Amino acid sequence: MNVLQALNGSLHACMAESERVYFLGEDILDPYGGAFKVAQGLSTAYPDRVITTPVSEAGIVGLGIGMALRGLNVVVEIMFGDFIALAADQIINHAAKLRWMSEDKVRIPLVIRTPMGGGRGYGPTHSQTLEKHFLGVPGLRVLAVTTIDDPGSLLKHAILEDNDPILFIEHKLLYTKALQPLNETSEFNLEKSGERYPVYRLKVAGSPPPTLTITAYGYMAELACQALQRLAFEYEVFADLVVPTQISPFDHHLLLESLAHTNRLLTVEEGSHTHGWGAEVLARVVEALGPRLQAKRVAALDMPIPTSGPLEKTVIPDVEGIIQAAREMIS
Amino acid sequence: MTLESPPDDVTLYRQMLRIRRFEEKVLASFSSGIFYGTTHTYIGQEADAVGVLACHEEGDIVVSNHRCHGHFLAYGGSMHALAAELMGRATGVTGGRGGSQHVQWKDFYANGILGGTVPLAVGMALAEKSLNTGRVVFAFMGDGTLGEGVVYESLNMASLWSLPVLFVLENNRYAQTTPIQLHLAGEISDRFQAFAIPVAEAETVDVIEVFKLAQEAVVKVRTGEGPQALVLHTYRYGPHSKGDDTRDPEEVLKYRKRDPLQLQANRIDPDLCKRVEVEVETEVDEAFQRAQNDPLADPASLTLPLDPTP
Ligand SMILES: Cc1ncc(C[n+]2csc(CCOP(=O)(O)OP(=O)(O)O)c2C)c(N)n1
Ligand SMILES: [Mg+2]
Repeated sequence: MNVLQALNGSLHACMAESERVYFLGEDILDPYGGAFKVAQGLSTAYPDRVITTPVSEAGIVGLGIGMALRGLNVVVEIMFGDFIALAADQIINHAAKLRWMSEDKVRIPLVIRTPMGGGRGYGPTHSQTLEKHFLGVPGLRVLAVTTIDDPGSLLKHAILEDNDPILFIEHKLLYTKALQPLNETSEFNLEKSGERYPVYRLKVAGSPPPTLTITAYGYMAELACQALQRLAFEYEVFADLVVPTQISPFDHHLLLESLAHTNRLLTVEEGSHTHGWGAEVLARVVEALGPRLQAKRVAALDMPIPTSGPLEKTVIPDVEGIIQAAREMIS
Repeated sequence: MTLESPPDDVTLYRQMLRIRRFEEKVLASFSSGIFYGTTHTYIGQEADAVGVLACHEEGDIVVSNHRCHGHFLAYGGSMHALAAELMGRATGVTGGRGGSQHVQWKDFYANGILGGTVPLAVGMALAEKSLNTGRVVFAFMGDGTLGEGVVYESLNMASLWSLPVLFVLENNRYAQTTPIQLHLAGEISDRFQAFAIPVAEAETVDVIEVFKLAQEAVVKVRTGEGPQALVLHTYRYGPHSKGDDTRDPEEVLKYRKRDPLQLQANRIDPDLCKRVEVEVETEVDEAFQRAQNDPLADPASLTLPLDPTP
């Protein structure tokens, strides 16, 4: 099973389980089923609860908030993550604040799903990793899918078991990637912490104690897994990889456990370098651990994502870049 | 100001054929892997860009969208540079940075965020009016883009301040896969009229008819009568981007039968037509061939958007 199938299956399961689940988005009707096909089959199975909308990102997120306020469980699909910028006001000034301003009297069970990321040459307005701008918004939860364990259950928890607004990030390149179920991977030792939105800790199976902690989410966690193996087998550098599914608010406990042994942290993200996710992660662990920590960040260059292959490859982090940064820290 | 007559029949035909053959070549070459990203072709809508932009004068501004190849070629953009841009070459319109839908050259601006370009167009019109240049802004958008709220904020300000902008609404009856009856309430022309922006509207693939309507509107814009709108009901023959066509093939066929190129070809001597066809095909082949031989964009060409030094 791949990530796309897991997410699609989860949406079907959620709509089957509760009649209060509604799904809104652009071009989501069958046979098309959304630009990335995550909504495939939904409109056929639940024609009354699956609504194809005009090209109105701010509008449909706002409508989603309104529906959620009145007790429905709403999923809004934003076709490309880049377009989340159009809905920023609805998310930041409305969805994230309503519960708090009402002294918890109202709740917003809303999931905004959207594909982020580059690697497909879609250019400056269709390749970005914009979730960094939504991290740390009080009242907003930001989740990110990986291939590890079960992204379907992550989505299900978000839709059916959470009453707060969630930005749900799906990297485009993950859709076709095979899942790594928890107990079936022989390549990694996998540890899971937390139930609803778990944090995972991986190391290459049978490797000696790690001397470096890497943390990454989303598609970068996928690349970090590859880097972990090559670091172990080609360079005898052994690392722990910590992968959160909830990237905001941020819980650094598992990270601290790993760092207690390694004292070295490498953060990896696809968003642009400056003021990114890694900056907050580092600030947190430095506050907790003090100056003995050695740290480095791998991130995209501080510029828009170009279209041309060689340019795009230069701007976005890759496995080689992760390996190189890790080796620099160890030597 | 007097109304000028349209360019001659052969010129109009050639302009449309250049777009048609370019776009056909783009679609046919995609699977060979020579391009980066995706594309949105203009096949079927050629009379709009060619008819409207036949009215533009040097220095006028064109604001385009994701479906920009036709607008760009009709504006006078280089076919070779556009092909090179799609192929991520150093010689592309933006050196491989923008790709198919982010094209900027001279006074031509395209962007892949629907609706986001419309206030920019109105802002440019405000600048040109403030600077008293007499220039006109041509702002293209599709029916689907009418879903975006910022479009209406823009129409309001354009009219409120009587700005020199011509809105060109190309209604090809679909937003990606969504037919207009599932994404739009009310009439398109009413949207402009609600802001007191005069509308000329046509259900046509006749490039000369488009030219005449556009010319009348542009004269008004240029002489300070304020914004005007042109609503052109049309159809795209190809998929939204590459393979994503969910429309009824019968419907596509119906519209293919009223082909803007065929209509224009009928006005021209068949031998001349043939000659133009051969010339255009050669031009397209050469543009692609040259682009393919150009060097790929060089990462060393990348610059930071801002110097961090204060
Ligand atoms: C803000 C934004 N939302 C969604 C999209 C995705 N998208 C690209 S083209 C398109 C349909 C546009 O329809 P229309 O305006 O009618 O132009 P057409 O494609 O028909 O030329 C959509 C939804 C986008 N590019 N930008
Ligand atoms: Mg359209």
